[in-house]
Amino acid sequence: MAFAALGDPTRREIFTLLVAGPRAVGEIAAELPVSRPAVSQHLKVLKEARLVRVEAQGTRRRYSVDHVGVAAMRDYLDDVWGQALANFAAVVEER
Amino acid sequence: MTEVRRSVLVNAGADHAFKVFTEKFVTWWPAGHHIGEADLKDVVVEPFQHGRWYEVGTDGAECDWGSVKAWEPPARLLLAWHLNGDWDYDPDPARASEVEITFTAEGDGTRVELVHRNFERHFVKPERLREGVSGEGGWGGILLGFAKAFV
Repeated sequence: MAFAALGDPTRREIFTLLVAGPRAVGEIAAELPVSRPAVSQHLKVLKEARLVRVEAQGTRRRYSVDHVGVAAMRDYLDDVWGQALANFAAVVEER
Repeated sequence: MTEVRRSVLVNAGADHAFKVFTEKFVTWWPAGHHIGEADLKDVVVEPFQHGRWYEVGTDGAECDWGSVKAWEPPARLLLAWHLNGDWDYDPDPARASEVEITFTAEGDGTRVELVHRNFERHFVKPERLREGVSGEGGWGGILLGFAKAFV
């Protein structure tokens, strides 16, 4: 789903902007040749794919990158290294 | 935090632990995790700075995993990890994470600590990095294949 969400070039542009820092809808629309309603629509798709998240700051809503992708990689490698070091200790202690 | 920390106390000297970690990598690495098409036959950590870190398949094919950033036996080893979330090799150092392993005497044994850090670098898009707009925490984009695999 995330892959499909980033398959659209405009959504990729929006995502890349958000990677550089959180932005409001209006700010994104000002930086890209895309209307505000279109930006909102793209953000909705990105949000559903869990690539971006929204946070309310007072009356403003700002969008930022959802770091779940990095977190998933971390969890995965935590698991791999956990198994690896357990095996490693066993091999080290073989006599 | 975007890092993994693991630690194990082994009943052996640091020299031996360092040797097993580097010379016998394939004996303890979970064998299912490799990138070549054939089964895993060996994993080589070349014993010097800037050395290669690569796997060898049963078909003889070599696939790089990364490189040796610091070779300090028997106390410390620093490896660059160039595999993204799809287990694809990415040669760009700007998009590599790193694995630091330290070997410290503790009682009669050795404490082996492993830190795998900077996963966010696997998401950095090179052209953005060069433009200097990578933003906070080094984020500059996302690897599409990675997103497919993990998000």
